[in-house]
Amino acid sequence: MAITARGLWTLLHGTGFGALFLLACSGALVELGRGGKGDSRFLRHYLGAMALLAWAAVLSGAYLIYPWYRAVPPAGAALAGFPQRLLQSNPATAGWHAYGMEWKEHVAWFAPIAVTMAWSVVAAYGGALARLKTLRRAVLGFVAAAMVAAALAGFFGAMLNKNAPVMGGPTLHLAEGR
Amino acid sequence: MDESPSIAASPRNGAGAAALLAAGWAAAALAVLAILADRIPTLGRWMTFYRPTGPLSGVTTSAIVLWLAAWMLLHRRWRRRDVALGRIVLFAFALLVVGLLLTFPPLADVF
Repeated sequence: MAITARGLWTLLHGTGFGALFLLACSGALVELGRGGKGDSRFLRHYLGAMALLAWAAVLSGAYLIYPWYRAVPPAGAALAGFPQRLLQSNPATAGWHAYGMEWKEHVAWFAPIAVTMAWSVVAAYGGALARLKTLRRAVLGFVAAAMVAAALAGFFGAMLNKNAPVMGGPTLHLAEGR
Repeated sequence: MDESPSIAASPRNGAGAAALLAAGWAAAALAVLAILADRIPTLGRWMTFYRPTGPLSGVTTSAIVLWLAAWMLLHRRWRRRDVALGRIVLFAFALLVVGLLLTFPPLADVF
């Protein structure tokens, strides 16, 4: 049982940061939807952790995994290690890049921006947010939009990696087969 | 209560409105920058802040700078005021929807 270093980073980016962020979204929506009656300090820390996860997801995606994804193969090289070119080489998979990656690489950034905003509002207003219904509902709406953005990015990330996995780098052996 | 006493005593909505509007603006700005960097090769080259990532590095970094600048400016103007929150929320969501739609490739390709 082994995994390449690039595969491990991709796993951390998607299943670690991204999936954890998505799981956390429902909790934030419930807490904001309760009318700000809960513990505002808890919500502030919760949204802060979500913002860190979202930033970790987009930064690791853009600066670690995306360069491996879009790398240009040397002439005559096998396309297996060059996911973007592998997808584009087949009409049946080219759309995953043209629609999936092209949307994902931009829309994903809405999540950390929206959740950082939500964290800042909860940090600034605390329990007083319960009295500002319009503001609280607007923050809830932005967190919902962050969830949609992250879900789109996660879905396309999973499908892209299924059709053309980001692989390569040193191989880490996790266990020997029987 | 862990918020500042002034906010707890009289919650002004200005600071929150500034944060919301700036976030909506960031979404729209990111989408417009992405389209421009794709359509204008010279801009695409300028937006390549980090070569392995390509223009995406400059598009997202510039959008973040525009977001934080707008947030800072709006916060300075509105933090001690009550503003027309309903209209600002509508405008912020309109900007967010514009951003979502313009990042969708078939719509972005229209321009």
